[in-house]
Amino acid sequence: MTHPALPGDPGDPNTSHDALAVAEEPIPNPGMDEHQPRPTDIDPEAERRAERQVATFFALSGVSAVLFVVCYFLFSIGEDTDLLGGYGASNVTLGLFLGLALLFIGVGAIQWSRKLMSDVEISEQRHPAASPPEDREAALTAFSAGVDDSGIARRPLIRNSLIGSLALLGLPVVVLLRDLGPLPGSKLASTVWTTGMRLVNDIAGTPIKPSEIQIGQLINGEPAVFYEENEEGEPIFEGVELLQAKAKAAIIIVRIEPEDITPSSGRENWGIDGILCYSKICTHVGCPISLYEQQTHLMLCPCHQSTFDLADSGKVIFGPAARSLPQLPIMIDDEGYLVAQSDFTEPVGPSYWERG
Amino acid sequence: MRLLTDRLSRKRRSRYAGVVVMLLGLLVTGGAYTVLSPAQASDSASAQSTVDEGRALFLVGCASCHGRNGEGITTQNGTQYGPPLAGVGAAAVDFQVSTGRMPAARPGVQVPVKENIYSEAEISQLAAFVASLGAGPAIPPEEAYNPDAIPADERTEAIVRGGQFFRTNCTACHNFAGTGGALPQGKYAPSLMGVEPVHIYEAMLTGPQQMPVFSDGVVRPEEKRDIIAYLKSVEENPNYGGATLGSLGPVSEGLYAWLVGIGACVGFCVWIASHSTRAKKGAQG
Repeated sequence: MTHPALPGDPGDPNTSHDALAVAEEPIPNPGMDEHQPRPTDIDPEAERRAERQVATFFALSGVSAVLFVVCYFLFSIGEDTDLLGGYGASNVTLGLFLGLALLFIGVGAIQWSRKLMSDVEISEQRHPAASPPEDREAALTAFSAGVDDSGIARRPLIRNSLIGSLALLGLPVVVLLRDLGPLPGSKLASTVWTTGMRLVNDIAGTPIKPSEIQIGQLINGEPAVFYEENEEGEPIFEGVELLQAKAKAAIIIVRIEPEDITPSSGRENWGIDGILCYSKICTHVGCPISLYEQQTHLMLCPCHQSTFDLADSGKVIFGPAARSLPQLPIMIDDEGYLVAQSDFTEPVGPSYWERG
Repeated sequence: MRLLTDRLSRKRRSRYAGVVVMLLGLLVTGGAYTVLSPAQASDSASAQSTVDEGRALFLVGCASCHGRNGEGITTQNGTQYGPPLAGVGAAAVDFQVSTGRMPAARPGVQVPVKENIYSEAEISQLAAFVASLGAGPAIPPEEAYNPDAIPADERTEAIVRGGQFFRTNCTACHNFAGTGGALPQGKYAPSLMGVEPVHIYEAMLTGPQQMPVFSDGVVRPEEKRDIIAYLKSVEENPNYGGATLGSLGPVSEGLYAWLVGIGACVGFCVWIASHSTRAKKGAQG
């Protein structure tokens, strides 16, 4: 493999340290191209034509604006909905003419600048960003004169008391942080579910019997307490309190072929003949989930696609959720309705600081 | 009356009294069942011939996947080629065949809607045959699903309630506007716009494909009808907002805004800058 020695090759006898130094301008500055005039620069007829063109665009914009007003009065909002592709004559024409009015102003302005305004290339040299040395010198002198004049170095009493006062100014800020609290305490760890509370269908509040649930069924459920009243006939939970309790206690009930279920140890009697009950709150960031595929027993969260296998203790099989879906142990009461054996045995919903 | 109780109490002392009472009870229950239970018990010749005709249709159109007696066919891998049909009921047959899903053109993750090639009479024959394999949900009567059957003064209330049920039970898959959505592995929840009320009802009742069942005991028939009334009211709503882009929410709207909207703006800018007329052609550069 032979080739003629190139400049800079180790074998090249001419290579020396000086020759490697970068030249001031390794490639000569080509400068700017010679300016080419546009037709409108040299032909008065073309210039007049461009002028008329720009004026036409501005005039079209004005016409569109007027048409907008005409259509506003001509078509009533919400009535002629079958016209113009089913979107309503009022909607379409108002949008179209307002859009055109704006567009024509833009097009006219661009035509004006491209055809008639000066387009001669200009070059400007860049300057160093730093101030000249004498300016910097003067600024430093002025600063030290100020420091000397204040006597901050000579009067430690003033200096130290100033530092102290500034430090204490931080205290109100720290104390006000307290208002971000109070800490949730154990509120996140439990829900309104108690032993013997009925599982009811959401919205209707119907209690559920196992015989009414078929294989492949999905029920979006709630605890019965949300549909109950106290002695005075008022709902037990109302308003914000109801929403907060609901956000934790919502459940889903499914029925799966019993032989498809693989209960983890200790959960063998948490379901009834393949009827299982889980929290409806995703353990990732707490979206309510009920996208259920009955043949695969998979429950999907629509927010970030966390997927839980309900036939396998709600284990996460895909997505960002870190914990299994909490399961609610259920049993049957004296009247044959589904009730909870207890509250959830772990906090529902997303992880939080104190939970670790 | 006195005589009757006397006789009864005398007999009760007999050692055979228990057996006699039990036999009598069985006889009454069986007799009442025969008299009261519909169709297969009253067993008219025409009902039997409907089932037979349905069986003939079944052998041609369905048996290759579901087995000659609807017992289902399992593949060598243990997956179902066609599921067993005992107990799916007439409602499932009416839903699957009327919407053209069945007979399926090919196995796959999801059987799509296609043109239905069976006549109404043939579908009811097929339904009668499959219903004869095992008890299952029947085709609902029209007043159960037709939202027009709701009295006018209750309609608004029914639609509001139906909307609540819809948002609780259906939106996770079918989307807040009922226009359907994606499921894993190429499956999808179909759009509910333009679907016949009876098919919506039957789908809730039978849970076709990946859809869960919403049985009458939990989502009651009138609640199902409210859901249908809500969907029909959504269909009739004029679309004031212009193009819905499939009502898929931020996904389709973001896609259009970023790709189509901003793309068009960028393209327009490039087009403006690329056209430059000069007095001398080709003199540049």
